[in-house]
Amino acid sequence: MHDIAKHDDSKGQYFWVWGALLVLTTIEVWLGYNQVFKDPRHMLEVLMILSIIKSALIIGYFMHLKFETALMRWLLVISVTACFIIMYFFFFPDADRILRLGVK
Amino acid sequence: MSDAALQHDVVHGLPGAYEAPLFGAYSKKVGMWLFLASDSLTFGALLFAFSYNRLYTVPWPTPFHAESIANATVMTACLLSSSLTMVLGVFASQRGDRAWTRNWLLATMAFGTAFIVLHGMEWSKLIGEGLALPGFFTVLGVAKPAGSGELADITKNIPQFPQAFFGLTAMHMLHVTIGVIYLGVVAFRKWFLPILGVIWIAAALLIPSGNVFHYPVHVLGIALVVCAIILFLKPKDYDAHDVEVSGLYWHFVDLVWMFIFPLVYLMSTKVV
Repeated sequence: MHDIAKHDDSKGQYFWVWGALLVLTTIEVWLGYNQVFKDPRHMLEVLMILSIIKSALIIGYFMHLKFETALMRWLLVISVTACFIIMYFFFFPDADRILRLGVK
Repeated sequence: MSDAALQHDVVHGLPGAYEAPLFGAYSKKVGMWLFLASDSLTFGALLFAFSYNRLYTVPWPTPFHAESIANATVMTACLLSSSLTMVLGVFASQRGDRAWTRNWLLATMAFGTAFIVLHGMEWSKLIGEGLALPGFFTVLGVAKPAGSGELADITKNIPQFPQAFFGLTAMHMLHVTIGVIYLGVVAFRKWFLPILGVIWIAAALLIPSGNVFHYPVHVLGIALVVCAIILFLKPKDYDAHDVEVSGLYWHFVDLVWMFIFPLVYLMSTKVV
């Protein structure tokens, strides 16, 4: 079996990760509720950056990807990220084009 | 070396006859990772579609006030806490501690169930305010509520909001429900079937016909049949690997919510 117990499995680090996730969530709520950024695009960008940090903590620690082999780690991260980048280039330029055309 | 390779070597007595797995992990885990990678693309498309609508639909409704944000924050805390209890369950299973494995899985299921209940309450409240898919009330055969605030005529004015909202959150809620059932099967095996059956029948009897969950609750009945087929056709004692793989699924459900919560709720909030 892949021995995930080889790495430092002290439970304390998982409590720290849990705490960090709660703190990041609190920051998100504060930003969103107080509407710190008036432009929705800026707000979306900041919230998504915080969400990506949270997801990295969940994937790396809770899902143990940090402790898997480098091949598995990079293959999964690169392939999924590449798909998301392709999706981005499909969706958003088209949305901008629609706005410029004046379609409501 | 992987378990699979070890078992083959024992069976055939030919060390090295089978190559070590490419990813250094047992096949169940690799399979789950591949499923999660594909599922992330499903959610990715839905999240991109929601973002697209959010940025380019003017004006975008902002129906989530203090009460909704507080509710969604508690839901987020439930899911984050459930991930921690899931990790502790995986550790207990690796120690061979069956009692604590079951306890932590039960705690994870409790957090997941709390999430579903809170989300259901939020949905009911929003539907009461008029947020619904086109034709929703006709299908259910109930009178359309008078509605209030900006949600009163939303189906007519901005139909993409209810479609994007319910499409994304329903997909996630279905995943959470499947996750709770999955953990129940891993924790209790065949003993979970009567529990699931009782919950299904009770929910079907108690939820009134005009409620949004009156028909969807039968997902539990479908799950009961599927679980029964799996448990009776291939009965097994779920080990630490199975607990770890179920944990991967559960953490993924948590992970997806980390994007839905800010995108759906915090991007559509209004301070009042």
